[in-house]
Amino acid sequence: MEHGSFTDETKSTFSMADEDHTLANALRCTLNQDPRVTFCGYSIPHPSDNRVNIRVQTTGDPAREVLKDACQNLMVVCQHVRNTFDKAVLDFNLTKPKEKPVGDINIK
Amino acid sequence: MSGKDKNLHNMSESESEQEGVDKEGIEWIMNLPDVPMKLPPHVELQRTRVECKADAPIHTDTIQYSGAFASMGFDNSLRLDNFRNNFKIEVIDLKEDDIEFDMIGIDPALANAFRRILISEVPTMAIEKVLFANNTSIVQDEVLAHRLGLVPIRVDPRLFKYSDKDAPNENNTIVFRLHACCERGKPRLTVTSKALTWLPNGSEFPLVSDKSVSNSKPKTYTSFSCSQNTLSKEFSNNPIGPKDSDIILARLGPGQEIELEAHAVKGMGKTHAKWSPVATAWYRMLPEVVLMEEIEDELAEELEKKCPVNVFDIEDIAGKKRATVARPRDCTLCRECIRGDAWEKRVALRRVKDHFIFKIESTGALPPEVLFTEAVKILEDKCERLIAELS
Ligand code: SF4
Repeated sequence: MEHGSFTDETKSTFSMADEDHTLANALRCTLNQDPRVTFCGYSIPHPSDNRVNIRVQTTGDPAREVLKDACQNLMVVCQHVRNTFDKAVLDFNLTKPKEKPVGDINIK
Repeated sequence: MSGKDKNLHNMSESESEQEGVDKEGIEWIMNLPDVPMKLPPHVELQRTRVECKADAPIHTDTIQYSGAFASMGFDNSLRLDNFRNNFKIEVIDLKEDDIEFDMIGIDPALANAFRRILISEVPTMAIEKVLFANNTSIVQDEVLAHRLGLVPIRVDPRLFKYSDKDAPNENNTIVFRLHACCERGKPRLTVTSKALTWLPNGSEFPLVSDKSVSNSKPKTYTSFSCSQNTLSKEFSNNPIGPKDSDIILARLGPGQEIELEAHAVKGMGKTHAKWSPVATAWYRMLPEVVLMEEIEDELAEELEKKCPVNVFDIEDIAGKKRATVARPRDCTLCRECIRGDAWEKRVALRRVKDHFIFKIESTGALPPEVLFTEAVKILEDKCERLIAELS
């Protein structure tokens, strides 16, 4: 859900249900590294409410687009982390053969 | 610093690509002799290291804002290609249930997101409902049910669905049976998790209220349409059961008996810790111990003795003893070595802000390396959902 103004798209607060620090902090960090962002922060209005508010203010681009780009960036980063990790595990298994095979069960 | 140089080089390239018109302008500016190409060393140190002083650590924050160093001509913004070039993972140790790896070049916000997801959002199967037919042991029903819930179950949760409001069926429930009896005149009996036997055909307890159908099989507490053995080859090769067979559930005295059925369902650690797939998942930043001056002879010996985890060694060069930092990775940052007169000036204790020593201890449902990949996937899904919501 977005809380912003109709006339000024560059500042908005996005309220996300069922999310917590995990996503909000990761997004805040990606948003802060975007040169188009002048301000960004997040808050959890009430601890027993499963909800975070992310505030984004930009230099001119619509806040919604900038947030979307941040999500996209975060996804690319995650994919890269995953690929790198898989490669690292593979390398490890190749260089150091185990006495006992790991992950004997249920790997798809 | 050379790495930083490269970054800046990349940066100016990609910038000039973006703004084709200004290409010459920017290059011209970046090539001016007095435009700083990198941060001064002391600022760079503050940006990349936490310094642990005798009384408190300093420079603990991560500077994320893209324009933080704009006045010094340093671009702090996130460039994906930069990230790709600098990000590294090295697996240090991988065992059946544990993994230790170094994650280098990532922001703490992301490392922490992975850790949080591992603990509370990667699903597993755990016993949620226990039907007691008989329990004459001294362990009360609810206590025994709780103990059963905490027994890790060796099964891939990805093969199951959340049960939500659906009736328990072969796709969302695993049924175990436990029947233990200590006969009179025998010594006391210890019931362990080994006694839990998997029922691939679902519950065997008939529903008491159900009197309607008399012809076919009596209705039970689950409605399995087929045996779970037929669902996946893995199940028949490797029957579902508790990960460890020696977890003590109860002790029975002569004449006592437990008969029950335990239903395991899929869930997440944020609902209850029994669904958490990890015993623990944690990280620490890489310690960096630097000797600021040559430490020799008595001082060297003193330093070697100070450290409880033997970070320092003594080198003997032509009769001269000199202290060296041999195992900085073992440093626990107890700060013992910088206690006392002038030691703070001799030894610098630092932590590298973007180098995480990550450890995952799996409870056994999934191997630790799979857990991490799953966690990263969950973060991706979250982003994807948000993008969908925004457009
Ligand atoms: S901080 Fe503690 S563990 Fe680290 S080097 Fe100093 S004495 Fe050793």
